Amino acid sequence: MSKAGEIPVRKRFPYRRPPELDAASPRRLKLLIVGGGPIGLTAALDLAQRGYEIVLLNKLDIVADGSKALCFSKRTLEVYDRLGVGERLVREGVAWNLGKVFWGDRAEPIYEFTMLPIPDQKNPGFINLQQFYLEEYLLDALAAFPNVDIRWRNEVIGVEQRRDHVEVRVDTPDGAYTLAAEYVLACDGSKSPIRGMLGLDFEGKVFEDNFLIADVRFEQERPTERWFWFSPPFPGESALLHKQPHGVWRLDFQLGWNIDRDEAVKPENVAPFVEGMIGKDVPYSFEWLSIYTFQCRRMARFLHDRILFAGDAAHLVSPFGARGANGGVADVENLVWKLDLVLKGAAPRALLESYDDEATTIADVNILNSTRSTEFITPKSRTSRALRDAVLGLAQTHAFARPFVNSGRLATAVATPRSPLNTPDDESWRGGVAPGTPAIDARLGDQEWLLAHLHNGVTLLALNLPGPAIARARALARDLADISAVRFVSLRDTGASSLAERYDAAGGALYLVRPDQYVAARWKTVDEAKVRLALKRLLGHMLVAEGARYEAVA
Amino acid sequence: MKLSLEPRIERPDDVYELLLLLHDGLSREASERAMARLVLILANHIGDYDVISEAVQAARATQSDTGSVEPRPT
Repeated sequence: MSKAGEIPVRKRFPYRRPPELDAASPRRLKLLIVGGGPIGLTAALDLAQRGYEIVLLNKLDIVADGSKALCFSKRTLEVYDRLGVGERLVREGVAWNLGKVFWGDRAEPIYEFTMLPIPDQKNPGFINLQQFYLEEYLLDALAAFPNVDIRWRNEVIGVEQRRDHVEVRVDTPDGAYTLAAEYVLACDGSKSPIRGMLGLDFEGKVFEDNFLIADVRFEQERPTERWFWFSPPFPGESALLHKQPHGVWRLDFQLGWNIDRDEAVKPENVAPFVEGMIGKDVPYSFEWLSIYTFQCRRMARFLHDRILFAGDAAHLVSPFGARGANGGVADVENLVWKLDLVLKGAAPRALLESYDDEATTIADVNILNSTRSTEFITPKSRTSRALRDAVLGLAQTHAFARPFVNSGRLATAVATPRSPLNTPDDESWRGGVAPGTPAIDARLGDQEWLLAHLHNGVTLLALNLPGPAIARARALARDLADISAVRFVSLRDTGASSLAERYDAAGGALYLVRPDQYVAARWKTVDEAKVRLALKRLLGHMLVAEGARYEAVA
Repeated sequence: MKLSLEPRIERPDDVYELLLLLHDGLSREASERAMARLVLILANHIGDYDVISEAVQAARATQSDTGSVEPRPT
C-alpha cells in the first residue's frame, strides 16, 4: 500500500527477447521513444496513427500503481479526443469544473473558481482519473497498431549523437544491443537517465515542505468539486480533497518541513488527518499513502541535436495546478506534428527548433504559475505569511481580495503569442482566437463540435464566410498542396451556435489552424498571397530567413 | 513614471496618526497582518500594475534604517 523502496505493480507486461540481439548489424529506425509513462505512450500513439514504425523502450515491465497524476485538463482531453481515447477518459473519470477554497473552520468558502468559464464545450474543465488508467487506455489503443513495438525491461544504458542519427545502447535480461534512430524522444521521467548521460543541466528551485497523499476509500455524499483548505480545522497546514473514480478520494495534507517522514506515513498517524477531514464516524480504508516533496525546474533546452526531451524529463513543477502531466501532453502535442513533417521532408529541420522555443515558453508559464501557488500555500517568511493571511482575511468580506487567493492555478492551454510560426494579425479583431492560442471548442449541433472538424494536419477553417468567398477559400486550400496538404472546413452559425462570438466571425473569418489546433493566422477576407505566406511560416520555412537563432540547424 | 512621489496629502500629521492607529493595541503578529491588509486595500484602490511596481521599487530603494537591503532574488 505505501511506497517503500520497490514500485507497486498495477499490471505486469511480458519481456520478449529483442530481435537485435541475434542480428548482425544495428537496426536503423526513424524514431525511438524512451519511456513508457503517459508522455512516451501519448507520443507513440500519435506517431503510430501517422504510420510510423515505433519502438518504445521501457526500463520496467509494469504499469505502476499508486499516486501519480490525477487531474487532466480540458486541453489535454481535447488532445486525447484527436487521438481517439478522450471519450473513454471522460467516461471513466470524474468530471469537475468548480473549485472551492476554505479557510480555518469557516463553513462557507472564501473563494470559488470555475475551470469552464466558457460553457458549452465538448469536454469538461477537468477530469480526475488516476494515471494508471490513462496508461492502460493508451496501451489498449496502441495494441491495435502492428507498427508499434513496446519493449518492456529494455533499459537505455548509452546514447551517442552521430551526424545523421543517434546510437542507443540498450540492456535487457538477455544482454545488450544497439539501435540507431534518426530521432530519439526522451520521455524518461524526472530522473531522465538520458539527460544524465548527456550531462545536461536541470535548474530551478527545491521547495522545503512535505506533503502527505492519502488515497482513501469511503462512501459519503459530496459534490464533485475541488476543495482546498488553508489552515484547516483539522491537522495539516493546508489540505486538498479530490474525488477519484470508483469510490476513492485523494486527500492531500501539508505537513511542514521538519517531520519524520517514515512515521508520518504510518496509517495510525494518518488517521487523525483523514478523520478530521471526513468525520470520525465515516468508515474508510487506505488505498495508498505516501509523502512527497517537490521542485520547480527545467532544462535550458529541450532539443539537443537529434534527442528531444518531453514531459518530466524536460521540466518539473509543483503539483499545485495539475501542470505536470498536462504540461507533458502539451509537449508531445507541440512536437509530434513537427517531427512528422520534418521526417517526411515537408518542413525544414528548423521547425524542430520551434519545439524548443514554444515548449520552453509553455514550461516557463507552468513553472511560474506553480511556483506562485507554492509560495502562497507555503509562505516562506513571517511577512509573507502575514500577507497571505491578510488576503484570506479580506477575502471573506471583500470581493477584491478573492482573486489573490491562490490554492493552485489549474492547468489551461498555454498560449505562445510570440512564436515565430505565428502570423500576427493585420486587421482589427474584437476577441476571437488570436494567433498562438488553441482553437476553442463550440457546439455546432446536438452532438457536433467544432474541434472534431480539425484533424492531425493543417486546417483552413472558414467561419460564416459568404458563398463566393467559401468557393475561393476552398480552391485556395486545394492550390496550397504545392506547399503542404491543407484540409478545408467551412462552418456557419445556425440557431444557437456561437462561432460568431467565439471567433469574432459575425462578418466571416478565415482561420489557419496548425495540426496541434493552435491558430497560426486569421483574416476577415480571403487573400491568397497572405494565406500562402502564413502557411509557409507555420511550417517553419521562414525561420531561416527571419530568425538568426534558427540558422544553425537549417 | 506613473507613480507620484510629490507631496499629495493635505493633512500629513492626521494621516500619519491614522497609520499609527491601525496598530493600536495589536500584537506584533496582528500588527503585521493589519499592515498587510492595508497594503492590499491600497494596492487594489490603485489597481494599476505599473504604479504598484514603481511603488515597490521606491519602497525598496529608500532604506534609511539600520537594516541592510538584501539583493532582490532573481
